[in-house]
Amino acid sequence: MQKKIIKFTIFILIIFLMGVFFIGLSKDTFYSTKDLVGKKITGIELITFNDEKIFTEIDIKKNKFILINFWASWCGPCKIEHPILLKLQEEKNLRLLGVNFKDKKENALLFLKNLGNPYNNLFYDKIGKSAVNFGIYGIPESVLLNKDLIVIKKFIGPLSNSDFEYIKGVIKR
Amino acid sequence: MKKTSIYIFIFLFYFNNSFAEKVSIDPNNIFKNLRCLICQGQSVADSNSEFAQTIKIVVNDKIQDGSSEKEIYDFLIDKYGEWIVYKPSLNKENLILWMLPYVIFIVGGIMIIMMLKNRRY
Repeated sequence: MQKKIIKFTIFILIIFLMGVFFIGLSKDTFYSTKDLVGKKITGIELITFNDEKIFTEIDIKKNKFILINFWASWCGPCKIEHPILLKLQEEKNLRLLGVNFKDKKENALLFLKNLGNPYNNLFYDKIGKSAVNFGIYGIPESVLLNKDLIVIKKFIGPLSNSDFEYIKGVIKR
Repeated sequence: MKKTSIYIFIFLFYFNNSFAEKVSIDPNNIFKNLRCLICQGQSVADSNSEFAQTIKIVVNDKIQDGSSEKEIYDFLIDKYGEWIVYKPSLNKENLILWMLPYVIFIVGGIMIIMMLKNRRY
């Protein structure tokens, strides 16, 4: 009887370990932003590009939807997404905030002069500290927030046409 | 006079201790436990990437501001999710994983006791 119990326990343990390994191996080991969706962004402090004033969540909250785009003139994919941002500029319910990330100001201004400025407000993040507050780990990245500063979606990489349609759909709801 | 000296001593002792506690956080220990999200299998301590450099600045600033180690981890987990730490905290999703060694230890112990008892008879 005891031998049967031991055999059964070993069998259960093997099955359990196999299950743990199966779940562990099939789990996505890349950084995912799904945990950030639905979370409120707090402690926002963005430095304005021109006059280096502090822009806080009170200033941001004035709009129904906010898209914060992190970009730099040295970033190739940022050029790819730029036409999408220019199209989004036309949306009335959306306020576009651009955060220039670890860049030289003169290069950033030249970038906007050549490609157009889609941003309602422009900010400067010289050493990337402000970006950490939005869970940014590379550029381009964009965060769509509602007026309560809750993350609706985070876009990693350049914005695509499908992202544009998605944002349009959300802000028209 | 004697009383005043004692009060000054207590104040200085307390102040020194509380200050020592604040500066005793070793940022390298925190860097070692943080995953570089854009690197392959490297911690923030090992990496020299832009991301790792920014995280190092943020952690150092938080230490300077008087944040505790837990507060720093909580902040980064809040921003980047549990994935950023190598040693995740105990939660309902990893409860089994944390408890498994103890369960195996107890079940194994019971099994050994049962086997030994069986041999005696």
